[in-house]
Amino acid sequence: MTTLTDPPKEQFRLSMLLYDTRYRSATIQVIALFGFMLLAAWIISNTIQNLEALGKPVEFGFFGEPASYDINQRLLEYSSRDSHLRAAFIGLLNTLVVAVLGCITATIVGVFVGVLRLSNNWLIARIMTVYVEMFRNVPVLLWIVLAMAILIEGLPAPNAFRGENPTATMDLFNSVAVTNRGVYIPEFLFTRSLGDIHFFGASSIRFDVSLDLLAFLIVLGGSIFAMRKVSANAAAKQEATGDRPTIWYIQLGILFVPMIVLMTALGLHLGYPELKGFNFKGGTHMRNSLIALWLALSLYTAAFIAEIVRAGILAISKGQTEAASALGLRSGRTMRLVILPQALRVIIPPMISNYLNLTKNSSLAIAVGYMDITGTLGGITMNQTGRELECVLLLMLVYLAISLSISGVMNWYNNSVKLVER
Amino acid sequence: MKKSVILGAATIAGLAAGAAMAGTVDDVKARGKLNCGVTTGLVGFAAPDANGEWKGFDVAVCRAVAAAVLGDASAVEFVPTTGKTRFTALASGEIDMLARNTTWTFSRDVDLKFEFVGVNYYDGQGFMVPKALGVSSAKELDGATVCIQTGTTTELNLADFFRSNNISYEPVPIETNAEAQQQYLAGACDVYTTDASGLAATRATFENPGDHVLLPEIISKEPLGPLVRHGDHEWGDVVRWTLNAMVSAEELGVTSANIDEMSAGTDNPEVNRLLGSEGTLGEMLGLDAQWAMRAIKAGGNYGEVFAQNIGEETPIGLARGLNAQWTDGGLLYSPPFR
Repeated sequence: MTTLTDPPKEQFRLSMLLYDTRYRSATIQVIALFGFMLLAAWIISNTIQNLEALGKPVEFGFFGEPASYDINQRLLEYSSRDSHLRAAFIGLLNTLVVAVLGCITATIVGVFVGVLRLSNNWLIARIMTVYVEMFRNVPVLLWIVLAMAILIEGLPAPNAFRGENPTATMDLFNSVAVTNRGVYIPEFLFTRSLGDIHFFGASSIRFDVSLDLLAFLIVLGGSIFAMRKVSANAAAKQEATGDRPTIWYIQLGILFVPMIVLMTALGLHLGYPELKGFNFKGGTHMRNSLIALWLALSLYTAAFIAEIVRAGILAISKGQTEAASALGLRSGRTMRLVILPQALRVIIPPMISNYLNLTKNSSLAIAVGYMDITGTLGGITMNQTGRELECVLLLMLVYLAISLSISGVMNWYNNSVKLVER
Repeated sequence: MKKSVILGAATIAGLAAGAAMAGTVDDVKARGKLNCGVTTGLVGFAAPDANGEWKGFDVAVCRAVAAAVLGDASAVEFVPTTGKTRFTALASGEIDMLARNTTWTFSRDVDLKFEFVGVNYYDGQGFMVPKALGVSSAKELDGATVCIQTGTTTELNLADFFRSNNISYEPVPIETNAEAQQQYLAGACDVYTTDASGLAATRATFENPGDHVLLPEIISKEPLGPLVRHGDHEWGDVVRWTLNAMVSAEELGVTSANIDEMSAGTDNPEVNRLLGSEGTLGEMLGLDAQWAMRAIKAGGNYGEVFAQNIGEETPIGLARGLNAQWTDGGLLYSPPFR
């Protein structure tokens, strides 16, 4: 007779936490976590205690005080009587401006260079290689400083435009002034402007939205919507009859006529820059600091993007190209319709980190005196108020938020171009 | 800029370490070297000469303190700081004292937790423009582009000045004096503004100093002086009285030429107390009796240091003006050595 007995149920003993391989790793992890938390708590409490001992407790009240300094480049109105918070906000917008401009330019240049580096033309491919290696292997700070130095030393001062026989003249039919203080370009002005709407009253993040711009966008959107309809109509007709009606003049009309009507109604004219007093007045002033930072950041990042694009294209097997040419596609269309859509899947993820890098590198702006958020909040405000901890923490938080937003958007785009497997 | 983040972190680390720190006097003695924060280079005030040796008016204060505490005027580690980094460097303990033409203001003294030990130069903010511009007053500067060193009081004075005169300007913030000089000379800004002494020093290094003029307006009071961390009073006393010793020495007629002779003992009891042949002033300070003698010997008394580095005989050519002794109608007035 055999009796089946359950194996004796093992009692859990405390020593098993250390000697039983099933639990040991968990034990170690818990201890390590505790140790880490203890260290973090010690650092934080030590900092707070010492700051208190110094009589500088952590508080953010100084943000409401008047900043007392001026910022040259500002997208919104700001004066030295505004608060530190407002100054930080102006700086944040400046950071975003250079980041957005930089990302767009870097992408365009990067894709071009990446594709051209694979060109069969020996000279073009080599030139692109030299470009990539030069920019990739020199710190971006040096490129920024170099760009600024060239702009300052290489271009004429506004003074050179003065007098009977000026040594410098304005370009493009006297409409653009390129000086060593920046580039002045004509601006759009409206004689019958619709005015602005104000948001957020008198708070630190108040801003105005131009109704003219809003009207322009609405008309443009309407036109594009109508053009799509016309185009869809034509496609439907082509499906049904095999004949495609000529629609290009209708399209052009839809795009331009409403726009021209709107602009005439608003009284559009150009405001030209003019030498008055010490500087050019009127027009839009793009400061050297912005141009230098923008150029250097985009050319530097473009070198990395070029390599990513090249890697993405090379990752697509040669068979794809051959299959496309077997179908009779020309090389341009092969690239656009077959290779690039597939390559994008490889390209997008590393591209995200390059956009993030560009944005974070924009904090080098102070090297050329561009007042980004590091220059205002992390620079003058920190220096004048002596609140290092608060300013740096807030600054880190801001960059974190910008970076997470960029990667959020890019991840969404990445998902939309991902290979859908069935 | 990434630097500020690092510095911020360094401050925090420094503050954490600061709690355990003993008196700065002991630290300096143990180290055998004084860490002194100076400018990144302003001829006359603090700049390395052709041999790489730091020279200047502010440098002389550092050397005097080193001579008083360590007995060696060359036992100084000069740490160049910018307008932005100087306070963090001092607060974090990276430097023991800051002698970097820094303006004594209420908020720096009270809120930033520093201790200004005195004034070694009474200054005011001025403007420099190219002569060719034909400007004779700062009030004619409407619409001008102005180069400023960021992180300084000049930045705030400038905003106030233009605002109260209801004229506009375009500020160009710049990190160091050298960069400002480059931009100004290239014509990227019309005006360079900083303390008048700094302008004179900068102009002296130009190829054609005569092509540039300082405008008559002085728009602020800028008492410049050395400072130390708040709370370490022994150290503050050492630096304060070293500076006072230099000023008193001039008033009492003690110079580097006659100091050896005078330290043997004179008829003037105050000279004797100062130079340590009488009384126990050095002991009260935690130093030896000859501390002030060494400090004065290091570079001479205040007047000698002034004449050597920024006086009228030098290319910088500053007159004593407000910085003359009180007996000559200036503001220099050292409390008595008693």
